[in-house]
Amino acid sequence: MKKQDLPQDESNLKSANMTEVLYVTDENNNYTTANSIGWEAKKAALEESLALINERIEEAKQNVANNIVSPIIYFMELNKMDIPVLAAYVGMWQWRVKRHAKPKIFKTLSDSALKKYADAFGISVDELKNFDGK
Amino acid sequence: MELNFEHHQTAHCENGVASNLLLNKGLKLSEPMIFGIGSGLFFVYLPFLKVNFAPGFSYRPMPGAIFSKAAKRLGIKIKREKFSNPKEAQLALERNLEKNIPTGLQVGVFNLTYFPEEYKFHFNAHNLVVYGKENGKFLISDPVMDYTTSLSEEELEKVRYAKGALPPKGHMYYPTYIPEHVNLEEAIKKGIKDTCKNMLAPVPIIGVRAMRWVARNIPKWAEKKGTKVTNHYLGQLIRMQEEIGTGGGGFRFIYGAFLQEAAVILKNDELKELSKEITAIGDLWRDFAVDIARVYKNRNSKSNIYNELSKSMLHIADLEEAFYKKLRKAI
Repeated sequence: MKKQDLPQDESNLKSANMTEVLYVTDENNNYTTANSIGWEAKKAALEESLALINERIEEAKQNVANNIVSPIIYFMELNKMDIPVLAAYVGMWQWRVKRHAKPKIFKTLSDSALKKYADAFGISVDELKNFDGK
Repeated sequence: MELNFEHHQTAHCENGVASNLLLNKGLKLSEPMIFGIGSGLFFVYLPFLKVNFAPGFSYRPMPGAIFSKAAKRLGIKIKREKFSNPKEAQLALERNLEKNIPTGLQVGVFNLTYFPEEYKFHFNAHNLVVYGKENGKFLISDPVMDYTTSLSEEELEKVRYAKGALPPKGHMYYPTYIPEHVNLEEAIKKGIKDTCKNMLAPVPIIGVRAMRWVARNIPKWAEKKGTKVTNHYLGQLIRMQEEIGTGGGGFRFIYGAFLQEAAVILKNDELKELSKEITAIGDLWRDFAVDIARVYKNRNSKSNIYNELSKSMLHIADLEEAFYKKLRKAI
């Protein structure tokens, strides 16, 4: 890519006051580096992925409200996690986490188990317990 | 305390940390040199491993492989340590700083406070250098950032003990020995040979053959899984390709810069021509990303659009195969 063709499309990098470095060629075809503030194609891919995450969060919220899943699933989605990642954070087997995702089982959890989840999500036990999806 | 450490922003975190740490020890190697000698170009397709609800693609080797390979080929020794106890990890890091050793760390991205919100995913193979501690905060040189930053003890512990795939477990590393005379020529040749071997590997999940497999799967996803899922998979492909620190087009350009430098060191003009060739291939990867972005932006549902994308990717794979074959012969 030629230096003058390097896209400068304003992107999410701006919020952190960042640019990115790319290797580009100058007028004599020699390599050099240049900074870019973003590129439309990447931005579109990132937005697609975030839209999907938001959809999953919204769906999880509905499911908590309808008593289909426990709040664990909502906060898992909110933190962009999946079951394996969450299981690693709380230090439990995946099947146990999946079990705790059932509203009935969730209600029977001890405070110490709830605390593990709350810590993984960076919230208080009360916030976790009282989330009703409404 | 602040160690004497020069921060240079680079295109990729692992090369960047390696190049910055070596420079600190008096060995000046550019980012492309580390990338080329460490055989950073790669492609792997793991269709059954789901990452972020899409098949696993990667344009890079295993985290840590670039620096390890480069170090081995240059005769440099790196010390790597992991700690089961986070407190012990912090003490070890502080001891290093007291001994005037800027130290590389593997970290998770999700809790990196200075990253833009949208980039915070559970990706645990990011790299940065700690070069001091002031007022209870660690001084951080993150090579993908324009500027240096800092993290509190608690913040640093969180990213060093991120969980999920490839957990860092407090992983820290630093060069302990650098030979007086580095045989750059030999190292470059080894790096190139290894890259050609990997990219031309006779297995379907690695290198050019893996690219073809992905390419042939694109129309199949569309047929079997529908437009939405296919577009998500393709989005994942671009993110893997062009996001900070990974790279399809971007990596080809770093490799182009490497071949250009290598041409001078090895006095081999053919490498200069091949540098131009891989640059042109990098441009095609970027065009490919633009085409994908267009598909889901316009909700383009022309029935043959996925076939066209598949064809462009197959075309790139053909060009790359020819490129690596020529490169193998050139050295």
